[in-house]
Amino acid sequence: MATQRVPVIEKIMDANDQVASMNKKKLDESNIFAINLMASPGAGKTSLILRTIRTLSPDLRVGVIEGDTAPVTIDADKVLAEGMPAVQINTGGECHLDAVMISNALEQLPLDSIDLLIIENVGNLICPAAFQLGTHVNVLIASVPEGDDKPYKYTNIYRGLDVLIINKIDLLPYISFNMDYFRQGVELLNPGLITFPLSCTTGEGIAEWTAWVRSQVEKRKSQNA
Amino acid sequence: MHELAVTESILSIAKRHAEQAKARRVTDIYIVMGNLSSIIDDSVQFYWDIISDGSICSGATLHFQRIPAQAVCLDCDHQYSLQERLSPCPACGSAKIKIVNGEEFYLDSIEIER
Ligand SMILES: Nc1nc2c(ncn2[C@@H]2O[C@H](COP(=O)(O)OP(=O)(O)OP(=O)(O)O)[C@@H](O)[C@H]2O)c(=O)[nH]1
Ligand SMILES: [Mg+2]
Ligand SMILES: [Zn+2]
Repeated sequence: MATQRVPVIEKIMDANDQVASMNKKKLDESNIFAINLMASPGAGKTSLILRTIRTLSPDLRVGVIEGDTAPVTIDADKVLAEGMPAVQINTGGECHLDAVMISNALEQLPLDSIDLLIIENVGNLICPAAFQLGTHVNVLIASVPEGDDKPYKYTNIYRGLDVLIINKIDLLPYISFNMDYFRQGVELLNPGLITFPLSCTTGEGIAEWTAWVRSQVEKRKSQNA
Repeated sequence: MHELAVTESILSIAKRHAEQAKARRVTDIYIVMGNLSSIIDDSVQFYWDIISDGSICSGATLHFQRIPAQAVCLDCDHQYSLQERLSPCPACGSAKIKIVNGEEFYLDSIEIER
């Protein structure tokens, strides 16, 4: 039996990327600025979200999507306790959020009364990098105790970033973390990347980060006014 | 590991093109993958055998063509290949570089029987 070669040339992530652009369109229609927040487990994603809500409310209304591999609502409950709408996604063991999960979660959020959406991705430095969600920016939290060599080991996630946060800088005196070495690694992967060193514990650096977020939200509002 | 999601996507793309081409069976699938991609082809193969079972793609062989990673220096235009880890420009030492090859990840073609 003769076989025949059929050309395809289709990106393997294309289906996800198409849903991601639908998500982005929906967010734009509701004038929402959306952040995909990625980090390894325990880097401080939920801590930063809570800090950001406390600093920006009541001026800005923040919605949160919490991704976890397990059926828990620990992180979502913390956001709800701040009086902000939150949806918990249980990925059922999957290592990342994808655009379809976000599309479903958007259905459950009051989009008309949100200015800023923060999506807490599953704690992981590898898989989330491959899945666009339809947010306006990809943000990574690197935390000091993880070590200064992470940009050299997890190159893919650093390459796709719009903003980098270096959290837990209050621990710098206690941990051997060479900031120059860390930043050189980042520079190779993503030259000129916007970076905010901060501490969710002491609050140092939070104002610079939230000012940037606020400016992004306002830029979007004035564009679409 | 997100190889399962990736494998499902490969299967759905291959099935769609096989049906369009009125194939009876798919014998081979050609995937192009940059060396910077974090996908493990052994895991894709593992999931493939399970999820393609019973479909038009059942028993098809997966072929992975690897593309070497290359960067270009934004300061002196020198193009060079990247090994496992990212390195500054070997010509001028600049850290301002841009990846030009190695991030590909697409289904190139399928081989079918009618
Ligand atoms: N010292 C210090 N500890 C911090 C800082 N930010 C967060 N932590 C602590 O780090 C731990 C993890 O913080 P979370 O905010 O839960 O981290 P996460 O990334 O949301 O964790 P997962 O959702 O489980 O992946 C908590 O014990 C926080 O109190 C910081 O700036 N400095
Ligand atoms: Mg959390
Ligand atoms: Zn150079």
